[in-house]
Amino acid sequence: MNSEVMFYLLAGMILIFSVLTVTSRKILRAAVYLLFVLISTAAIYFMLEYTFLAAVQLTVYAGGIVVLIIFSVLLTSHISEKAIMADKKQSLLSALSVGAGALLTLITIFRFTFIKSDLPAQTSSVTDVGNALISYERDGFALPFEVISILLLAALIGAIIVARKEKDNAIVK
Amino acid sequence: MTGTIPLQYFLVISTLMFFIGIYGFLTRKNLITMLMSIELILNSVNINFVVFNRYLYPQNLQGHFFSLIIIAIAAAEAAVAIAIIINIYRNFRSIDVDNVDEMKF
Repeated sequence: MNSEVMFYLLAGMILIFSVLTVTSRKILRAAVYLLFVLISTAAIYFMLEYTFLAAVQLTVYAGGIVVLIIFSVLLTSHISEKAIMADKKQSLLSALSVGAGALLTLITIFRFTFIKSDLPAQTSSVTDVGNALISYERDGFALPFEVISILLLAALIGAIIVARKEKDNAIVK
Repeated sequence: MTGTIPLQYFLVISTLMFFIGIYGFLTRKNLITMLMSIELILNSVNINFVVFNRYLYPQNLQGHFFSLIIIAIAAAEAAVAIAIIINIYRNFRSIDVDNVDEMKF
């Protein structure tokens, strides 16, 4: 009973704040609405008892990416600036196509019967997660872990090179 | 903890969140708000992976690790995208897609 009330509350929060994120004309407010969506998602992970994933969601998404987005909003637009939206015709057509896509997906979801498994759940404590990430046997994830570390290094270097100011030929415009 | 909530309800949330993200991507003109729509889309996919893992294959952790890796990729993508956006702003003094229409500066 309790978990159902919690679920409906979180679902309502996620949907309302998602809509506000994409429709709010003030960019900074849209970023804060996105933060609420991400925190509600972390709460859903807590409900599903994947606590480590929920903690990562809170620190990386809600803590890291949202702060990055807010900083770049402050760097690139005036605080009271209103965002330009698409014209009436384009938003109507997008809403129609998006609604059709959502309807099709929802019908498919409700027509399919999922068979719920009753097997005992694998625990996902920090020790389990760490062991699985460095194990190269069955149910180990050493290869994706290494690939993701190379990707992070590449993103780090790429971001520095893109954002760096060139010394000798100063800004042209 | 999930009680008697059926699997489909979680999928409904993630579907609606995904399509709201696509709507934002189609109608927004500001590059940062488009990036926020992409984050919504990635997040909805994460919910799908985790819920399938919990309801259909609780003896494994595959969906859990997929979500973990998607979060890392999203962070890397946001960092590079924001570096590019700030560079565009330096050259064009605007980050609206309508104004950024030449590759050479």
